[in-house]
Amino acid sequence: MTMKQKKDAPSRLAPAFLNGMCVGRPLVIPFVTAGFPDKWSTPDVVEAMCVAGADMVEIGIPFSDPLADGPTIQHASEVALEGGMTVAGVLEIVESVRMRDDTRDLPIVLMGYFNPLLAYGLESFLDDAKAAGVDGLIIPDVPPEEGREYRAACVERDLSATFLVAPNAPDERIRIVDQFSTHFSYCVTVTGVTGARNEVQVRTLEFLRRMRSLALKPFVVGFGIKEAAHVLELGPHADGVVVGSALIDALSQGKEPATVAAELIAPLRAAAERIASSRE
Amino acid sequence: MTEQPKASPDAHGRFGAFGGRFVPETLMPALFELELAHADAMQDQAFRQELDGLLCDFAGRPTPLYEAPRLAADLGGPRVWLKREDLLHTGAHKINNTIGQALLARRMGKHRVIAETGAGQHGVATATVAARFGLDCTVYMGEEDIQRQRLNVFRMRLLGAEVVPVSSGSRTLKDATNEAIRHWVTNVETTFYILGSVVGPHPYPAMVRDFQSVIGREVREQLAAKGEAPPSLLIACVGGGSNAMGLFADWLDDDVEMIGVEAAGYGLDSGEHAASLCQGQVGVLHGARSYLLQTDDGQVKLAHSISAGLDYPGVGPQHAQLRDSGRVHYTAVTDAEAVEALQLLSGREGIIPALESAHAIAELYKRARAGELPGDARIVVCLSGRGDKDVEAMADYLRNHPNEDIGARP
Ligand SMILES: Cc1ncc(COP(=O)(O)O)c(C=O)c1O
Repeated sequence: MTMKQKKDAPSRLAPAFLNGMCVGRPLVIPFVTAGFPDKWSTPDVVEAMCVAGADMVEIGIPFSDPLADGPTIQHASEVALEGGMTVAGVLEIVESVRMRDDTRDLPIVLMGYFNPLLAYGLESFLDDAKAAGVDGLIIPDVPPEEGREYRAACVERDLSATFLVAPNAPDERIRIVDQFSTHFSYCVTVTGVTGARNEVQVRTLEFLRRMRSLALKPFVVGFGIKEAAHVLELGPHADGVVVGSALIDALSQGKEPATVAAELIAPLRAAAERIASSRE
Repeated sequence: MTEQPKASPDAHGRFGAFGGRFVPETLMPALFELELAHADAMQDQAFRQELDGLLCDFAGRPTPLYEAPRLAADLGGPRVWLKREDLLHTGAHKINNTIGQALLARRMGKHRVIAETGAGQHGVATATVAARFGLDCTVYMGEEDIQRQRLNVFRMRLLGAEVVPVSSGSRTLKDATNEAIRHWVTNVETTFYILGSVVGPHPYPAMVRDFQSVIGREVREQLAAKGEAPPSLLIACVGGGSNAMGLFADWLDDDVEMIGVEAAGYGLDSGEHAASLCQGQVGVLHGARSYLLQTDDGQVKLAHSISAGLDYPGVGPQHAQLRDSGRVHYTAVTDAEAVEALQLLSGREGIIPALESAHAIAELYKRARAGELPGDARIVVCLSGRGDKDVEAMADYLRNHPNEDIGARP
């Protein structure tokens, strides 16, 4: 394929969200840190998640100072960096994921802090990410005010740029984030950092309802989601559910990707399907 | 002279290409709220009066502007004044800022404050104002710094603060700052983050500068009161850059040379230093775009300095702008040079400076020895802190480097 064709390739994101909306269930979106537990396993992890029912995958670019992350993802980033993971290495992972039959059309977004992308060169990074088969980006330390150029550069390449929004956001802020996100926004369940949590707060549900009434674009919800019960509670109020730390925790225990996927992702997908059938 | 940068950041908190608010969205409402509260407070006569009153009666301002004759003789005859921030309550300039921010916290109805600390000076200054205003206080401090600044850890505990050891990453100021930010993200609605230098997201760099700028304003008044002409050179050490900005801010439009001295650690060529302005590249850390020590792949490097207060891989965004515009010249001195300067100032003037401040003194010796200090220079040094906290680290260092021990009275 030539660069030109790739540039015009339609994003895999819009169809995925449209499909979710048609069947009436949230997308199941695992998050994995590239290079965790080691440099070689990430494509296998992504493939296993996909086979077990993931609708889309977020791949984390490790950073030395992940200030929006709790201990689990901090640790995963440290391990990945010690194992030699680099920004270019993350793009190679995406390339190899794209060569596999099961994951050829899986929507993939990268989640990473701003500095490593600036060091790579933002424009070249976006070019290379597009060419590798990335569909979009989530940069937790770039709010809309700092994201104008980055957003425009994504739009130019038909990459999605997703901005985050938290329960303490006033309505006006929610509207800004919704407008700024190109395809979908990311709601964090709590004011806080990533990390598996036990209970869903009432406030989170109120926030998601507020989001639903104000947002024009789809949105996913993440931070703290680890089990089917969470999906059943939050899923009806969002277009996707992200599960990160719980997955990293399971991988840390040395389990095979396929086992982790069967134990963790399959039940989340089943929960998402139940939401759809209860709506019929 | 090159075109002078505007003193204040623009509406987005940018100093030219630097600064900004690169933070998780959760913090954005808090930063907007803080910006408004700060602007509102500074318009309020009563707030300013209370701030001035506390700076005077609680912290001990104005600090003396002391002319140092024996140091001057050593340097070959220029006039040298030391701005004695070391004589402030808690022993460093940090309290100028913590009083201001604590007053803001109270005004905003927040009963909990958190802070990061390296040398422990900012932690102590925060714990002190928290005690004074009856606020709950938690201080994040790297495990390595807890080891080398034990005295300050104990002071914070006496003052009623909880000190949380940070074991991630470098186990120094950088990771203490990460942890403080994470905690703030989690408790943003109840907690006020008292940041200790002119770093972080807008409005901190401007706000901390404004609270510290009393240093430079006093220098102006004090020289005038002594019937002295203005200085030809201002010099200060630069970690995050707050004491330096505090000295420089009021003088940016004057015809005076300015030097910021970073920590060269084991030497700029060793790769183990904290000289982000001298050797770093532009990047984003802790909410701002500025110069940063980083790898080619954009990972933040560990800094090194014997002085915990300078041991930080970033620097305030206004310094980045002042560097690029050429308005301020930035340089660096090594651990060994700072250790020597600490001993020299102690022996010459009867003043034991903090290791941080000793970096500024060391740069003067370096210039004098190289014949680069004109005899008619009129120099003001920001003596940002006193050396009590460093006595143990100095003893250790000199035990391991006996030939750098220049004796009680050289
Ligand atoms: C005495 C003293 N001077 C200087 C510094 C460096 O900070 P800044 O560059 O913000 O003045 C510190 C920091 O802890 C300090 O304690």
